[in-house]
Amino acid sequence: MGEVKVFGVRRSPYSCRVEIALKLKGIKYDFIEEDLSNKSPLLLKYNPVHKKIPVLVHNENPIAESLVILEYIEETWKGTPILPEDPYQRAMARFWSKFIDEKCMPALLKAAVKERENKKAIEEAAELLKILENELEGKKFFGGDNIGLVDIVADFIGYWLGLIQHVTGLELLTKEKFPNLCEWSHEFLSSSIVKESFPPSDHLLEYIRSWLSANPSK
Amino acid sequence: MAASSTADDVKLLGGWPSPFSNRIQIALNLKSIPYDFIEETFTPKSHLLLKSNPVHKQIPVLFHHDKPICESIVILQYIDEVWTKGQSLLPSDSYDRAIARFWAAYIDDKWFPSLRQLTIFAQGEDAISAALKQIVEATAVVEGAFADCSKGKAYFGGDKIGYLDLVFGCFLGWLRLAEKVVGVDLLTETKTPGLVGWVERFSSNDAVKSVIQEPEKLMETLEFLKAMFNASTT
Repeated sequence: MGEVKVFGVRRSPYSCRVEIALKLKGIKYDFIEEDLSNKSPLLLKYNPVHKKIPVLVHNENPIAESLVILEYIEETWKGTPILPEDPYQRAMARFWSKFIDEKCMPALLKAAVKERENKKAIEEAAELLKILENELEGKKFFGGDNIGLVDIVADFIGYWLGLIQHVTGLELLTKEKFPNLCEWSHEFLSSSIVKESFPPSDHLLEYIRSWLSANPSK
Repeated sequence: MAASSTADDVKLLGGWPSPFSNRIQIALNLKSIPYDFIEETFTPKSHLLLKSNPVHKQIPVLFHHDKPICESIVILQYIDEVWTKGQSLLPSDSYDRAIARFWAAYIDDKWFPSLRQLTIFAQGEDAISAALKQIVEATAVVEGAFADCSKGKAYFGGDKIGYLDLVFGCFLGWLRLAEKVVGVDLLTETKTPGLVGWVERFSSNDAVKSVIQEPEKLMETLEFLKAMFNASTT
């Protein structure tokens, strides 16, 4: 197995992605909680380009960027697969993961957090969620019968978004508009590994409340 | 019934000026995969493009036995995983693969947007000056990446052209055009000696030569993109 360390922040969905993947594979690791307002010399040494979490360090070799880390975990350790075997299905999983990271995440953060009074931002986020809603049709998880790469990458949608909505009253991800996504979120959060990888909801709610009051909507 | 070879039936919907399309053209050439090239019409976007990539409506789209694969980074990995005979694009060691993927993300998410900012979006002296500073810094980072990845050898991929060579190399025509338009060399012997040597070797490869465009040929496309951007912001 070698020595595995994760430099992360427990309340970050990007950091949690790495923990879910490692736990799915049964890999033991040390988790180092970073203070983002005072980044450790080790983090800056391991990720000099972006200076961000998460960083996985395996036998002193650092890897940054959560999608890159997830692929590395998949390739390095056998056990529960995160990606399908078929190359076309793998391509689809990578496509949807990129879509979530590059399009959905910025739009959701804008609509739910940064510009939460902005109706247009909410509409744009809803359009992107609709695409994911359609992709889930007939499937328990994005990965099919089991949690896979796309489910892990969609963790913000599965957990954080619901909690933010609870605090702000935002009605973006609702059962009426997105039955598949809501059902998926329920299934996703039913996994004990996923639950263990996330901060408890009361902690996260408290964090969300204090963050929102310190950062008024633009 | 004879089994069809995986090399059968490959089509690429792309555009000759598009670096992302060029990325795939070079990969297919390197792997000696025969394919039909379908030139996208753009204005308006073809029915084929809208049907095969409804999410992004962008080229390139690879069709393998009529099944579409979108996003050049996804396509590159698909090609590498399906056509396994001969030269592999990604390194064989999983840590080296992670490093290659990391730098590919940097090039696509930081370096290329800086180049686009400089050539298309930045208007006025201050904005252009700021954009130039950014691309110079980003290029210095890529020079560092080349030193790390090549480990003293000819290419990002080592002895042979690999994944990162394609990811960065596809932008060479546009890089040259930016240098002409702004009047500043981005790749120089003093600042980026590794990349200068690499460009010579990469550009002279047969798989690359026919694909990367001369900057003069790209000028009209640049003018078109600038006009579209200006129209959308007025």
